Amino acid sequence: MTDLTKLTIAEARDKLAARDFTATELTESYLGAIESGNEALNAYIAVTGDIAREQAKASDAKIAAGEARPLEGIPLGIKDLYATKGVHTQACSHILDGFKPEYESTVTQNLFDDGAVMLGKLNMDEFAMGSSNETSFYGNVVNPWRRNGTETALVPGGSSGGSASAVAAHLCAAATASDTGGSIRQPAALTGTVGIKPTYGRCSRWGMVAFASSLDQAGPIGRTVRDNAILLKSMASVDAKDTTSVDAPVPNYEDFIGKSIKGMKIGIPKEYHMDGIPEEIEALWQQGIAWLKEAGAEIVEISLPNTKYALPAYYIVAPAEASSNLARYDGVRYGLRVPGNDIVEMYENTRAAGFGDEVKRRVMIGTYVLSAGYYDAYYLKAQKVRTLIKQDFDNAWADGVDAILTPTTPDAAFAPGEITDPVTMYMNDVFTVTANMAGVPGMSIPAGLNKDGLPLGLQLIGKPFDEGTLFQVGEVIEQAAGRFEPSANWWSK
Amino acid sequence: MSVDLNTVKRVAGLARIKVDDAQAEKMTGELNTILGFVEQLNEVNVDGVEPMTSVVETTMKKRSDGQTDGGYADKVVSNAPVHEDNFFTVPKVVE
Repeated sequence: MTDLTKLTIAEARDKLAARDFTATELTESYLGAIESGNEALNAYIAVTGDIAREQAKASDAKIAAGEARPLEGIPLGIKDLYATKGVHTQACSHILDGFKPEYESTVTQNLFDDGAVMLGKLNMDEFAMGSSNETSFYGNVVNPWRRNGTETALVPGGSSGGSASAVAAHLCAAATASDTGGSIRQPAALTGTVGIKPTYGRCSRWGMVAFASSLDQAGPIGRTVRDNAILLKSMASVDAKDTTSVDAPVPNYEDFIGKSIKGMKIGIPKEYHMDGIPEEIEALWQQGIAWLKEAGAEIVEISLPNTKYALPAYYIVAPAEASSNLARYDGVRYGLRVPGNDIVEMYENTRAAGFGDEVKRRVMIGTYVLSAGYYDAYYLKAQKVRTLIKQDFDNAWADGVDAILTPTTPDAAFAPGEITDPVTMYMNDVFTVTANMAGVPGMSIPAGLNKDGLPLGLQLIGKPFDEGTLFQVGEVIEQAAGRFEPSANWWSK
Repeated sequence: MSVDLNTVKRVAGLARIKVDDAQAEKMTGELNTILGFVEQLNEVNVDGVEPMTSVVETTMKKRSDGQTDGGYADKVVSNAPVHEDNFFTVPKVVE
C-alpha cells in the first residue's frame, strides 16, 4: 500500500468512501509516523493512540453503514490550547501541570461530531506567546525544513509551531491552531503549509485557553487550501457558550475552490513595502501579483496608512488582556501550586515557578499599562488606534477591493536562539497582526522557496466573514505556485 | 514613559509574581525596550476617535436568567492541587 500519510484530507476522504483502505489503517499509518518521527521534531507533547483507535473504529462502522460524516476518519492533531476532555490541556505551560479538563472545547467537539480522529496534543509557545515555539515548557519544536545542504535545526514559527511542524512532516492530516497576532499564518509560512485565521467570531472560543480575548481566533493549518476549506466548515459555528461567536450561516467553503477570480479587485497595500525586508520577499510578492493578474484579477495599489501602528498597539492590547486572563492561575483551582507562608506568598511562588520568562514579561507589561493612572494613556489609546486600523480596511472594501495580497512574514525560518531581543521577535508578526487588530480574516499560502531552499508564504486578507473569497483566490496561488514539501524525510527513525 | 527598578518590583507585586533583585533588574531593561517600542503611538492623533470595543457590529446576546448547568462540584474541584469535601483548600487567610 502507498504511504497513506501522503494523502490530503480531500484525497483521504474520497478513498475512504471508495473503501480503498479503512479509517483504522489511516490512523495506524499516522500513529506509526508519529512513533518514528516525533522524537526529532517534538511536535506532539501527548499522543492519544487509544482515543484515536477507538474513534477510527467508530468511523469505520459509520462508513460501513453508509453514514459517513464530513471528516469521517480523518486524523488530526490538536493544539494543546484546546480543552480536550480527560486529555493533557496545558497550553504548554508549567502552571497548568496535570490539568485534564472535564469538558470539551466547542471547536474540537465540532470536529469530533463530524467524524474527525484525534491523534494527540500539539506543542506550542506557552499560552500562545511567541513566534518561534521556543517558549514552550515542553521544549522547542523543530521545523522539518532545513537550509539546503545543512543540518542546522530551524524553528517552525509560533505560536502554533507544533501544528505547523506536524502538518509539514505528515504526522497528521491537518491540525487545529489559533491566531492572536499571527500564530497560524506565520508558522504556516515558515513550514510550507496553508493556514487561515478566520474572522473574529467565526469560531467559538469556548474551551480555548484564553490569551487576548478580543484577538484570539481558532483556525486550521493544513497542506492545501481545499483542506483548510473543509476543516473551517466543521470548526466554525455560533455557540451560546461564547457571546462573541457570530450567528451567521457557515458557507460550504469548498464550493469556492476552483471558481474564477476574473474581474476581482486585489489590493496591494503600499505600506507593506517595509525597510529591511529581504529582496526575496519583495520578489515573491511581485510573483504573486503576476499570478493573480494572469488569472484575470485587477491589481490596484491601496493605502492602509495606520499599518505601522498595528504592532505597537498590539503590544498594549494583547498583554493587557493576557494579564487579566492569566490572573486565574493562582495555585488554587488547577495546575501547579508552590507553597508559601501565607496565601499571597503561595500565589507569588506559584506564578514565579509556573510562568516562563516571555509570559512573565507580558503579564508585567499588561499589569503596568492597566495600573492606576495609565489606562487612558495606553489601553484606551491603543483601542482607538485599533479603530483607525479597522477604518483603513473599511476604506479599501468601500473602494471595491475584494481581497488584499501581502507577504506573510518578513523572512524565512530562523535558527533557535538566533533572535533574543523581544521586540525583534515581535517583528515576525508585522504583516499578520493588522488582521487581528481589525478582526478580519487572513490566510497564508506557500508561494515559493528562498535561496536556501526554505518556504515563504503570501498572505491574503479579506472582508469580515468573506473567508470564501480567500479560499477562491488562495487556490489560484496554490495552483500557480505548486505545493512545497521538505526535500528529504530526515526525521523518521 | 519608562519604568525604574522600584516600579518593576511594585508591578510584580500587583501581578503576584515573585521576583528577586537580579530578575527585577533584567526585567526593567526588557520592559523599557517594549515601552519604548509602543511609544510610537504618541505620533497618532486619536482626537474624536472612538475606542474599538468590538471587531464586528454586534448586539450583545442575552440568555434567559435560569440555571442551565451545574450539580457536579466534584468535577469542578477535580483539578485542584488541594481540595477537601468539594472545597478548594488554601493557606489560612484570616488570623
